[in-house]
Amino acid sequence: MRFAAICLALVGLSAPAMAQTVAERLPTCLSCHGAQGISDTPGIPSLAGQPADYLLVQLVLFRDKQRVSEVMNAMADGLSDDDLRGLADSMAKLAPPKASGPVLEAAVLDQGRGLVEKYRCGSCHAANLSGQEQIPRLAAQREDYLGKQLTDYKSNARAGYDPAMNEVAQEVQPADIPVLAKYIANLR
Amino acid sequence: MKRLMRSLNVAVALSALLTAGVAFAQSPAAPAADAPAAPAAPAPKPPTTDRQSTLFGQPQTAEAAKLAPVAGPVLPTPLAKLPLAKLHVPDGFKVEVYASGVGNARSMRLSDKGTLFVGSRVLDKVYAITSENGVQTVKVIASGLHRPNGVAFHNGSLFVAELSKIWRYDDIEANLDHPPKPTLIYDDLPKDEAHGWKFISIGPDNKLYVPIGSPGNITMPPSTHAQIRRMDLDGKNVELVATGVRNSVGFDWSPITKDLYFTNNGRDWVSEDIPNDTLHRVSADSKTPPNFGFPFCHQGNFTDPEFGWGRSCDEFAKPTALLGPHVASLGMRFYTGDMFPASYKNAIFIARHGSWNRTKKLGGDIVVVKLKEDGTFASMEPFMTGFLENNKYNGRPVDVQPMKDGSLLVSDDWNGAVYRVSYAK
Ligand code: HEC
Ligand code: HEC
Repeated sequence: MRFAAICLALVGLSAPAMAQTVAERLPTCLSCHGAQGISDTPGIPSLAGQPADYLLVQLVLFRDKQRVSEVMNAMADGLSDDDLRGLADSMAKLAPPKASGPVLEAAVLDQGRGLVEKYRCGSCHAANLSGQEQIPRLAAQREDYLGKQLTDYKSNARAGYDPAMNEVAQEVQPADIPVLAKYIANLR
Repeated sequence: MKRLMRSLNVAVALSALLTAGVAFAQSPAAPAADAPAAPAAPAPKPPTTDRQSTLFGQPQTAEAAKLAPVAGPVLPTPLAKLPLAKLHVPDGFKVEVYASGVGNARSMRLSDKGTLFVGSRVLDKVYAITSENGVQTVKVIASGLHRPNGVAFHNGSLFVAELSKIWRYDDIEANLDHPPKPTLIYDDLPKDEAHGWKFISIGPDNKLYVPIGSPGNITMPPSTHAQIRRMDLDGKNVELVATGVRNSVGFDWSPITKDLYFTNNGRDWVSEDIPNDTLHRVSADSKTPPNFGFPFCHQGNFTDPEFGWGRSCDEFAKPTALLGPHVASLGMRFYTGDMFPASYKNAIFIARHGSWNRTKKLGGDIVVVKLKEDGTFASMEPFMTGFLENNKYNGRPVDVQPMKDGSLLVSDDWNGAVYRVSYAK
């Protein structure tokens, strides 16, 4: 599965970026990010249902190499503003992921909910962590991806478009990160 | 008990504020009549009781989503869609677009030959805008920089401040198409993202002034933070100019007294209406760096609900003016030009970027602060408004730059544009 995705991606990379419509490009994106924009590959985030503003910001940052990811920097390289807008809009329209794993134990749920309240994640990421404008949806995102991003904000390896998230991550204790990631990935 | 003391403290400060007759008399924010009824929300959660958290006191209600930071669009607004028609200036003044397509235009600096250099914060670019026969050309002269918000100019050299590095580009104007490799002049700076981006300027003493913000909203800053430093133009002989400064993103020197005046951003999450942003002054012949109170005292008369216990605002240098709560006072310049009416001579224009940590947004304008002859505060009036409409931004002003002909440029990072304000009798 992952092998196929990478092959497809390489095809995407080697084909000149020019003269492809958004519809022609989308299958390459979905080969990694999941057929419905819901990823089942470690390290690759789901995109379905993310606010279009958030997706556009991140795509511009990838294109300008301000957000560093070898694969995504290559994917966004040379795309026009309108290409990026079109891609962001199509991903935003897909139905957001739903947590499907087993229900977490009550103790884990309580701990996770407690941390989300303590750090006020919802005051920016909106109720149910469904995201708003340039602030991403977190609910039912992949657990590994959430954990990695929180760690990267804390170390400033990922400098957000707006530094607000880096500021928040300075407060979050390292031991809280796996708990938050698990709780949010299983939020239903 | 703790909580009781905290609310008492806030109440006392509020009443002190209301009786002090502050710069901008604020009608007590009426419970926003225009706000939609909150959707069936879960019962409001009490604020966090973790005193170490910078999120201390932050509400978590459906309404709180209005308090999320608002970053502007990532792509510049096309010329035809700029909010020009919405911007208001006093009678006799006129606003036009000076340049568009300047993504995330932030601090500005004019060279002796008239090239305008513009930094950015959420993008990685520095721009040069040249002007010929009234037509402006925008060039990207540097990219791949990390929050290159600060620009200064001296003797043909451009200084650019990234989050933690300051560079010098020599003979830049002769080489706008192929900028020279810059020289690193200073990097003994913290790498914090929060309040890490910088405004820089070169003073009448030919020194480079560099602010270092608090690494968080409200925290006991290490001795390396919450201050303004100055140094020789090669980064040597660093000394402190001011301490207890939460975050300054704009300063200039009085053309009369040569005193340094700087804007400072007040802390968040105390309340809708306090503390204010402040304008401060450091005398040209100050021997020791004054302490302006952070994190113990805000706006000269409000001890911090967390760090202020056992302290008094009388320990610290007082602000020159209160600039409004949460308004994000950024770039400022003294106006010495001849184009505007005489009453503007030597007044300070200040860009108030506009609030995020306030239910009913405030700021999003250029104000003019007039000083008395002795350099103390006389008045503050709105000058350019209309960036904020129905609690939403049409644009957000960041910096002001007086031009040789006496007009005033205003940068707008939301739209990636620069406007020109001129006056005709
Ligand atoms: C070869 C696999 C691959 C392909 C093909 C790919 N991506 Fe990605 N994408 C990734 C990975 C891996 C990340 C996570 C990067 C990181 O960790 O910072 C990512 C991240 C993203 C993000 C950021 C999401 C977030 O929540 O911050 C967006 C948006 C995105 N991709 C859009 C696209 C689009 C649009 C395309 C098609 C043009 C595409 N991707 C193609 C692997 C891929
Ligand atoms: C002050 C507002 C604010 C608060 C509070 C906040 N965030 Fe964020 N968060 C943001 C913003 C803005 C971004 C996007 C930053 C960027 O451009 O990289 C973000 C991004 C993220 C991402 C990256 C998601 C992705 O798809 O790549 C994660 C994960 C995240 N936040 C988790 C959290 C958690 C968990 C909390 C509570 C501990 C939290 N946030 C609290 C503003 C906030």
